Amino acid sequence: MGARNPVTWLGSPAFPDAARAALADTQQRSNLRHATGIIRAKRADAVAELDDWERLRLAGEASKDEVLANLDTYLERLEASVTARGGVVHWARDAEEANAIVLGLVRATGADEVVKVKSMATAEIGLNEALAAGGVTAVETDLAELIVQLGDDRPSHILVPAIHRNRAEIRDIFRRKMPDVPDDLTDEPRELAEAARRHLRRKFLSTRVAISGANFAVADTGSIVVLESEGNGRMCLTLPDTLITVMGIEKIVPTWSDLEVFLQLLPRSSTAERMNPYTSVWTGVTPGDGPQEFHLVLLDNGRTATLADTVGRQALRCIRCSACLNVCPVYERTGGKAYGSVYPGPIGAILTPQLVADPHDKQAASLPYASSLCGACYEVCPVRINIPEVLVHLRAEAVRAKGKHTPEAIAMAAAAWVFADPKRYERAQRAGSLARLLARGGRISALPWPGSKWTATRDVPAPPKESFRAWWRRTRG
Amino acid sequence: MADSRAEILGRVRAALADRPVARPVPRDYDRTRDVGDVLALLAERVADYRAVVRRATSAELPAAIEAALVSRGARTMAVPVDVPGSWLIDGVAWRPDEPALTTEELDGVDGVLTGCAVAIAETGTLVLDAGVAQGRRVLTLLPDYHLCVVRADQVTGTVPEALARLDPVRPLTFVSGPSATSDIELDRVEGVHGPRTLEVIIVE
Repeated sequence: MGARNPVTWLGSPAFPDAARAALADTQQRSNLRHATGIIRAKRADAVAELDDWERLRLAGEASKDEVLANLDTYLERLEASVTARGGVVHWARDAEEANAIVLGLVRATGADEVVKVKSMATAEIGLNEALAAGGVTAVETDLAELIVQLGDDRPSHILVPAIHRNRAEIRDIFRRKMPDVPDDLTDEPRELAEAARRHLRRKFLSTRVAISGANFAVADTGSIVVLESEGNGRMCLTLPDTLITVMGIEKIVPTWSDLEVFLQLLPRSSTAERMNPYTSVWTGVTPGDGPQEFHLVLLDNGRTATLADTVGRQALRCIRCSACLNVCPVYERTGGKAYGSVYPGPIGAILTPQLVADPHDKQAASLPYASSLCGACYEVCPVRINIPEVLVHLRAEAVRAKGKHTPEAIAMAAAAWVFADPKRYERAQRAGSLARLLARGGRISALPWPGSKWTATRDVPAPPKESFRAWWRRTRG
Repeated sequence: MADSRAEILGRVRAALADRPVARPVPRDYDRTRDVGDVLALLAERVADYRAVVRRATSAELPAAIEAALVSRGARTMAVPVDVPGSWLIDGVAWRPDEPALTTEELDGVDGVLTGCAVAIAETGTLVLDAGVAQGRRVLTLLPDYHLCVVRADQVTGTVPEALARLDPVRPLTFVSGPSATSDIELDRVEGVHGPRTLEVIIVE
């Protein structure tokens, strides 16, 4: 591996430290509780409308697994069909290469400004920063991305990157950063949307190059699919002369008819709608309609490393709906930025460390622990990613990577030695029961080191005076 | 460049060294469903997105178009060149897309009138495929008001039924209500960059 993977933000603390800081932000916690509460209830209703929801999930899972199991074949097929329809396909091994390809394509058009449709892949590779370094300004056109960009902020949610901001905060950002905004702008969502419309209108009508991601790519036909709500996507996909789409290599579906599954699973799981307002499908170049130059950049950036892990590869089924974030009790309390990655929440906790693919990256290795393993994420996942299974698997990897001389490994070795012999075990139980002297009201809040590492975050129930084995011997022996 | 392609494909093949075999995709989900009165369902579901819905017989269609445009106050309307002549009622300045209207011209009209390729009742969705009476994608994007005529024979019940009727290599736009956003506190608000008013006439 060459340069570090920009999927995580340089200098982010490990999850427990970031979470501690995030928990102190009561405004953010209240914003998140409100927003995730709304979407959880709406999603449940949208899903309950379809009697065949479970069968759709099974079909979505199998369809994605089919692609992953034969990814080389499908990539070649997609390349051939896009090329046959007038598109140009590029291959990028990592973020650096993808950014260089995109910058080169933009420069070739002579443009120094591009409009962008919200895209996780381009956020993952830090494309905006790379373009800026190359003298190209990238304008985010999705409302939430715009809020993040104008606020010099970081995204905290896959679907709604500004979910941590409430309407009053958004109004303040607009007032500060939009030159043309009226002085009496209120925090009515309708007015805020109107301000964004006016702010971006001229950009849409004049910018000659657009950059997008892709929700799906149909291998058979070369059709690319983008789901969106505001119409900013349609603007970017229709008005410019040149369109550059960056997509992860796992975004493929085999055939057009597979989309009948995903166009039901994705909108109901993400925005809890029967259908999102706009879905665009295009295949290469259509003479006289839309961009006359189309480039597709196929991005690896850690995906093949993820594919090599037989347990972890299921994370590549993800269709980025963010239902798992909305139901996660950890995410709801810490918010997305604590994960230090463009992919937060349960899916981020399994995807980020695999994309980073560096067992010595302590921040990434801390993410699989950002979970109580309650399993709510698995239940809502439209492609049935068993997130708890992968979390446990990645925790084991993290422990293995730490080696045999960590306090944890030494404690486990000591425990194994104690458990191996009944006499040692009983002596240890008697010693442990002395800890009850530290208890107040049946609970211990502060143990001496190394137990303090545990009690710094949670109480321990006071151990009983007598163990079960001792009690049994005394009363039945 | 060629190296990156070979290297990525090589990495994929190495990653799949365990030769995983995917199960066949189970297709026992509902391709069709008994949705009852499919036109009534479409009308209800389109209206759920806060779009305006009218119903008419084909004889009543010109009058329905007129009623819609009068109540909207639309005087200048863009249209694809191949809409039926009966749709072009008097009293409106029709701007056919031939020669192609510029973005400025499209930004300046009061609205656009089109047909569609397919409609999906269950999700309240219209699908445009740049075919007859639909025109280029940009036509239905820049005007702030989109009036769309749906014929009864274009209406399907479910998403799978609709996709089976569509040709994916045509440029497709699925439209479900006016443009909207859920980006402020995850609550849906209508009216961002696309048409802020969508009106649908269902013709029997």
